Amino acid sequence: MLTATAVAVAAPQDDGVNVAAVTGSGLPATLGEFHFFADAAAQRPAAGVTPYRLQTPLWSDGAEKLRFVYLPAGTKAKANGDGLLDLPVGAALIKTFKLEGRLIETRVLLHRADGWVALPYQWNREQTEARLALAGARLELTTPQGQPISYAIPNKNQCKECHQQGDAVVPIGPKARNLSAAWLESFHKAGKLDSVPKVTARVPLWDDRAKLAVAPVARGWLDSNCAHCHNPGGSASNSGLDLRWEQADPVKLGIMKRPVAAGRGSGGLEFDVLPGHPEQSIMIYRMGSLEGGISMPEVGRSSIDPDGQAAVARWIREMKR
Amino acid sequence: MRMPATLIAVATALALAAPAHAKVIPVAAGENAQARLQEALILAEPGDVVELGAGRFTLTDGLSLDVTGVTVRGAGMDATVLDFTGQKGAGEGLLVTSDEVTLRDFAVENTKGDGIKSKGADNIVYYRVRVTWTGGPKETNGAYGIYPVSSTGVLVDGCKVSGASDAGIYVGQSKAITVRYNYVEQSVAGIEIENSRDALVTGNLVTRNTGGILVFDLPNLPVMGGGNVVIRDNLVVGNDTPNFAPKGNIVAGVRRGTGVMVMANDGVMVGRNQFDGNPTTSIMVVSYPLAFADARYNPAPRNVLIGGNRFGRDGYDPQLPGAATLLTAFGGSLPPVLWDGLGDPPKAVDLVNGKALSLNLPKQGAGAEQAKPAPFRLPDSVPMPPAPGASQAVEPRAPAALDLRIQ
Repeated sequence: MLTATAVAVAAPQDDGVNVAAVTGSGLPATLGEFHFFADAAAQRPAAGVTPYRLQTPLWSDGAEKLRFVYLPAGTKAKANGDGLLDLPVGAALIKTFKLEGRLIETRVLLHRADGWVALPYQWNREQTEARLALAGARLELTTPQGQPISYAIPNKNQCKECHQQGDAVVPIGPKARNLSAAWLESFHKAGKLDSVPKVTARVPLWDDRAKLAVAPVARGWLDSNCAHCHNPGGSASNSGLDLRWEQADPVKLGIMKRPVAAGRGSGGLEFDVLPGHPEQSIMIYRMGSLEGGISMPEVGRSSIDPDGQAAVARWIREMKR
Repeated sequence: MRMPATLIAVATALALAAPAHAKVIPVAAGENAQARLQEALILAEPGDVVELGAGRFTLTDGLSLDVTGVTVRGAGMDATVLDFTGQKGAGEGLLVTSDEVTLRDFAVENTKGDGIKSKGADNIVYYRVRVTWTGGPKETNGAYGIYPVSSTGVLVDGCKVSGASDAGIYVGQSKAITVRYNYVEQSVAGIEIENSRDALVTGNLVTRNTGGILVFDLPNLPVMGGGNVVIRDNLVVGNDTPNFAPKGNIVAGVRRGTGVMVMANDGVMVGRNQFDGNPTTSIMVVSYPLAFADARYNPAPRNVLIGGNRFGRDGYDPQLPGAATLLTAFGGSLPPVLWDGLGDPPKAVDLVNGKALSLNLPKQGAGAEQAKPAPFRLPDSVPMPPAPGASQAVEPRAPAALDLRIQ
């Protein structure tokens, strides 16, 4: 049995990716061990690793993000309506963060037999390798807007804070409604997706926000940036706030909802969302803060997302009472 | 020494019950404590003890634990200090999200948000843990000191909290709760049980808070219907700190000097507590006062029993409209129980001082300016039968030398 495992690790796979590193129980010390990239420094993926983008992504201090999905040879993702693509055991999601023109960190989500595992890897100065940063790290960096920040690489547990649904760790991004029709089509054509899911209301493309209706833009941003915690199975379920794209109950969206455990995060305001008044809405106050205990999201950013905040503020301002 | 066979069997069973690989992971204070401690919390396995050395751990980010059955143990609540004064991120100092965890014998200081939060963490034990904001009561302090939420099985025992801008010990949306022998001071609420069931709050000392012990049920939450709470044998004295909660929080409405406050709960017993030096009132029983739209929610208090409490000098400076007139009418201080006149009237059990003041509010949501205050005598509930073998119940008299003034 031991011999068989050793052989599996050593044997190169057809597509080049080290399946044993993805599916085994260990915590690989370097990103290189996975062989996800033909050229990691250039972020050129290996065979079997497919790049993708999201319609409206999670904002992370303005970092450029490069996303990839890996499926083991011979396996397919299953469409699941509007929701998350159902990725088989052995699949991996890979996300690299770039700031100041260089690779900062790569986060991987590995689908193992007993569930998903999230691991953060920190790139070295020379851009030759990324090492496992189990306890996270802080780096002094500058945002694309020229703002100096203390950038936080999350620790393994903080990965889970966002990726938790009930007791399980799950991917957040690749929901059919947050992927373009063209990408889903091509993924299907490549034989990696069982069918092209029918999406009734697609999250808008963030780059197009200036020419789109206010509500879907803001709701798309809230879905991508907040709803992984603010949903009935997420880390912030006890708040009663549910910011998912499909939520229609105004109180659950925060409209005229009083805070519960906000502490000084309430900012002296009475409601999460007060229609017509972004300046009196706790949601905008917390998006606009950088202070621990006030700032939302709690992890994953060290600066304010000006465009996201503006989009949500516009939605609240134009909301009828 | 020879061990009897039965004892050997028990010892063997206990040994088998503990995971075979359980180990102690020592973590010392000093250089790079953030990464070393966080890594230990990640790599710990069920049954392990993460042992914090004596000294001050200087931390820059929140810590988290997500492994079942781990004990985090320090060298004592004054010897091992997790110092978050320089914290940059996260909503709390330490976050626990796994079951069967024990936290004991260490302190957490000056977190930016909450002190220690445990969510969905069943059977958690907080034992001799201290959470302090060292600058005293300030609006900029974190909200909750000890904050278990969404859990079944919570024990908070022998802990000390000071300076929380919301509640020192806050248990929310949970059940099977014991909060005992804690010392909570200089917080807005000392101890708060919210949207929770089956709680025993006993033997605590709550002093110098705005309100001592609160039992609330709020609308629009995943878990509602709070109740079956016993508040017994607590010392609720000198809660006279002006409210310093940020506005918008429900506790920002708690009046300075409220001993015990029961709001919108079903089945609360307030018995055998000692009250003294609480300027507004010893015990307040009220409905949720704000507008709400939630068909599942009952804003009124029901089945509140009050009995056997000992009252010192409370209600001498009530933060109520028309306080001067009320004080004149009642001879200088209000009766020990204040009811807003909505929902079931609180009932008296054995040995109660039955005097109360009803505000006689016309309906839920009415402001205090619509009150028509009047004296009110608590109706008797069915008296509780004496415990088997108990002698005739006689309220013991306080020793003449007992002096609760802070020296």
